[in-house]
Amino acid sequence: MELLSFGDTGWGDELFFATLMTIAVSIGAMAIGFLFALIFTPLKLSKNKTLNIIGNCYTTIIRGVPELLVIYLLFFGGTGAAMYVASIFGYDGYIEINAFLTGALAIGIISGAYSTEVFRGAILSIDKGQFEASKVLGLKKSIQFYKVILPQMLRLSIPNLSNVWQITLKDTSLISVTGLVEIMRQSYIAAGSTRDPLFFYSVAAILYLILTFLSMKIINKLEVRYNKGF
Amino acid sequence: MISIFPSLLSGAVITLKLLASSMFFGLLIGLLFAILRINKNPIINKFAYGYSYFFRGTPLLVQLYLIYYGLANIEFLRNSFFWVIIREPYWCAIIAFSLNTGAYTSEILRSAFQTIKEGYIEAAQSLGVTKKITFYKIQIPIAIKQSLPAYGNEIILMLKGTSLASVITIMDLMGEARKVNVLTFKPFEAFITAGIIYLFLTFIIHNIVKYLEKKYGFQT
Repeated sequence: MELLSFGDTGWGDELFFATLMTIAVSIGAMAIGFLFALIFTPLKLSKNKTLNIIGNCYTTIIRGVPELLVIYLLFFGGTGAAMYVASIFGYDGYIEINAFLTGALAIGIISGAYSTEVFRGAILSIDKGQFEASKVLGLKKSIQFYKVILPQMLRLSIPNLSNVWQITLKDTSLISVTGLVEIMRQSYIAAGSTRDPLFFYSVAAILYLILTFLSMKIINKLEVRYNKGF
Repeated sequence: MISIFPSLLSGAVITLKLLASSMFFGLLIGLLFAILRINKNPIINKFAYGYSYFFRGTPLLVQLYLIYYGLANIEFLRNSFFWVIIREPYWCAIIAFSLNTGAYTSEILRSAFQTIKEGYIEAAQSLGVTKKITFYKIQIPIAIKQSLPAYGNEIILMLKGTSLASVITIMDLMGEARKVNVLTFKPFEAFITAGIIYLFLTFIIHNIVKYLEKKYGFQT
């Protein structure tokens, strides 16, 4: 147990901050995923064929290739691309991209694909009468979306979004391969320096279990709250 | 791009081997734990639930590291016969993937078992079919047919999961792509080509499952 003490002798504080990092990356990735979903859900629902294909390509490709591939592509490719752009402007030095941002972006792109599917399903399951009624009442398209469709869409998508959150939380462990110090990376470092991998990876597993357990509790509360009156 | 194709394809073969063996063992584990889950004994029931909760609640990478690095730490295992298996990264990957997909499969099969209509079982009982035969000849086939769509998703998730084998030195498709990237400094070529192969594999699996669904699909 002294391996887990806080301070210089133990790994408790390091693992604590690593857990905070995992939570931060997950929330960042989820937020970026929402942005992607808000862009691509309308495309997938659009009647225009070209827009439709773009939306479908995004979700199909991202859900069809390994998460690790997206991360590597952004991490290795991103540096090259950034240096290329910088060289156009006359800067030839080495550019290192922030691991947190790249990681959150990579996981965000992935969780965005899943969120897009969730939102699409939620909008499709909203009663058609709601659209017609808001049209008849003469609501503008933007108000119709923000005041009528969006609240219902969010309520309907909470159960599935909780799945997406769980997937995102677990996917953040993959960013450790790029060197961002979150739970997995910290356990890797600790396991390497103490030569006790069994202990530290068990701790990592327990930390992840605690995170998934707590987030389930919170999401269940949200679900009850937003289903009041239904 | 053409020059890196052969090495990536040889990686793809290893990916498929990993996938096939872990799906095979995973199905056996999943079936076993699904049966334990519907058992009425609370201890057996809780044990099966704990298993699936652990493997579904932690990242696959943690499980892989626990088995690859963690198990080697146990003196007793190192001196036993199991050392022959757990010192090989290939077998460690198969163990981790099988246990992981087994947990998901057990959930898929459990829900399939629970949605089987009572009428089928009652009909079998009134025909005088024994409990054992009802289970093997009626419940299991229906459960498998009903869980085909969800199981198809699980195969694709696992195909993506096998890419993690590359972090424990296995040269699967992902590992080959990483090697190409390191040797040539061309990340886009390496990873996009690998991505296309992965997409192609996903596409094939998707269509096979669709075909099976059509052929054996079960409507209630």
